[in-house]
Amino acid sequence: MQQAIEADGLVKSYPKGVTALDGLSFEVQQGTVFGLLGPNGAGKSTAVKILTTLTRPDQGRASVAGLDVVAQPDLVRRAAGVVAQGSGVDVQATGRENLRLQGQVYGMRGRSLERRVGELLERFGLADAADRIARGYSGGMQRRLDIAMALVHDPTVLFLDEPTTGLDPEVRAEMWSEISGLAAGQGKTVLLTTHYLEEADQLAARLAIVDRGRIVAQGSPEELKRELRGDAIQVELASDGAPEQAPDGSAPSAIDGLPGIREVALEGRMLLARADDGGRAVPALLQALEAHSVAVASVRVARPSLDDVYLRYTGRTFDAAEAEAAEVSR
Amino acid sequence: MTLVRQTLYMTVRHLRELSRQPWFVGVTLVQPVIWLLLFGALFKRIVDIPGFHGHSYIAFLAPGVVVMTAMFNSAWSGMALIEDLNRGVTARFLVSPVARQALIAGRLVKEAVVVVIQSLIIVVLALIVGASFPGGPGGVAALFAVSALLGATFGGLSNGFALIMRQEEALIGAVQFIVLPLTFLSSTFLQPNLMPSWIRHVADFNPVNWAVVAGRAATSASPDWGLVASRAGFLALLLALCLAFATRAFQSYQRSV
Repeated sequence: MQQAIEADGLVKSYPKGVTALDGLSFEVQQGTVFGLLGPNGAGKSTAVKILTTLTRPDQGRASVAGLDVVAQPDLVRRAAGVVAQGSGVDVQATGRENLRLQGQVYGMRGRSLERRVGELLERFGLADAADRIARGYSGGMQRRLDIAMALVHDPTVLFLDEPTTGLDPEVRAEMWSEISGLAAGQGKTVLLTTHYLEEADQLAARLAIVDRGRIVAQGSPEELKRELRGDAIQVELASDGAPEQAPDGSAPSAIDGLPGIREVALEGRMLLARADDGGRAVPALLQALEAHSVAVASVRVARPSLDDVYLRYTGRTFDAAEAEAAEVSR
Repeated sequence: MTLVRQTLYMTVRHLRELSRQPWFVGVTLVQPVIWLLLFGALFKRIVDIPGFHGHSYIAFLAPGVVVMTAMFNSAWSGMALIEDLNRGVTARFLVSPVARQALIAGRLVKEAVVVVIQSLIIVVLALIVGASFPGGPGGVAALFAVSALLGATFGGLSNGFALIMRQEEALIGAVQFIVLPLTFLSSTFLQPNLMPSWIRHVADFNPVNWAVVAGRAATSASPDWGLVASRAGFLALLLALCLAFATRAFQSYQRSV
């Protein structure tokens, strides 16, 4: 079956010798949400710019809806809808004028265009603000207008480049439900880039982790997390009403050697360990602690996060990579 | 046909922007009014220089001020494009099927419309302070036409620079560097027979001078329409070149993103 998006060995460097993409390859199946996850500066936006024909790759090839992005840019443009990083809203025009012009450049006209514009304004909760100048819109409203504009010509493939960056959490949650509806309800293929681990986890059926212009891991969020060595268990030890009292030094030895438990460590009052199946390991662990008369305040079992996945494949934490990117761009 | 329609859509966008801040036209008229009233008054006695044809310096100056204003204001056209670049509006259009020519041409048509509005105001003002346009309405219309051509030409140049420089400061520098010298290397302020000969020769290749010469000829008592047509032709050719240059300059921008 034909893939909705194919990128094959994309290489792109910028004049000052910055290599943005270093052999990026991935495929996106039709009708799914695919996430490109990576810190700022990993090359995600450059990939989107190439796939949406804004710029060209130095090497490699790519296609969208079976159309070559370099050889058939005009056809790609008709098949794709794009929400770029940062807004593309004309803030001196109203929401309706923005949408109307967007439709016009795709060759739409007359009553069918007006109907489509009205429909989208309604759907994205902009009907009341439709005839106000977009400069006065909130960040969330401008972003919704961006998505509405990307959809005006009913594209089969939708590119969302960091659609929720800079939005407050509530607005982000709204955006998420809208995005997941696009693939589920309307059969669109969605390529989403994000540097929010949580967002990729929530939305993407499959995702690829991008680091320094390459893909370092690929799979469903579950698959990627499963490859890690088990769940994290955190036990907070009770201090018997005397917080300053050091916790019982015997606690680690109490659980060390239990079946399925490893990497036992004590950090302050937190007893840390890993287990293949955290849920099954906890009862035995608590029993062992009780047998050693160690009092427990709380227990937490954490499934591995994409943060852990990122750390494993790139050798640094996501935050460290972000900080590094900020350093480079300065 | 598609190209014409797309250009129209873009023109509507830019004119709508202008209609929401009409005071902007007024602000851009401050300079020409100063030229016309103060400069015109200051050099009133120029008509006494032996060899000066005509009796009124204001009447001589008025077509020049119309042309100069057209160039001065259109040369800033690229500033709005830089704002669009910064806001992501241009990138949005570049990934749509809209023709690059339309993205530029829409701006140039808008500049031309603004030029005609401003020119009309300047001409009325000039009539009030005693200038006359013996060529009549037809001549004035021709003056507007060459001014609009010149405005669109400089608008094209400015947009091309904007796409290559992508920085407001750099564009401001380039515009300042170009507009005043071109004005003084033309017959805007003085008749050619009174200029130093080297300036007269440079002026022959100066598009601003083409427009001034054509505009002044068209509004004179006995217009030399051949001269007007030839200068208008040069300007049209240059406009086509500038449009092509600005359209190609998108490639420079796209390489940088």
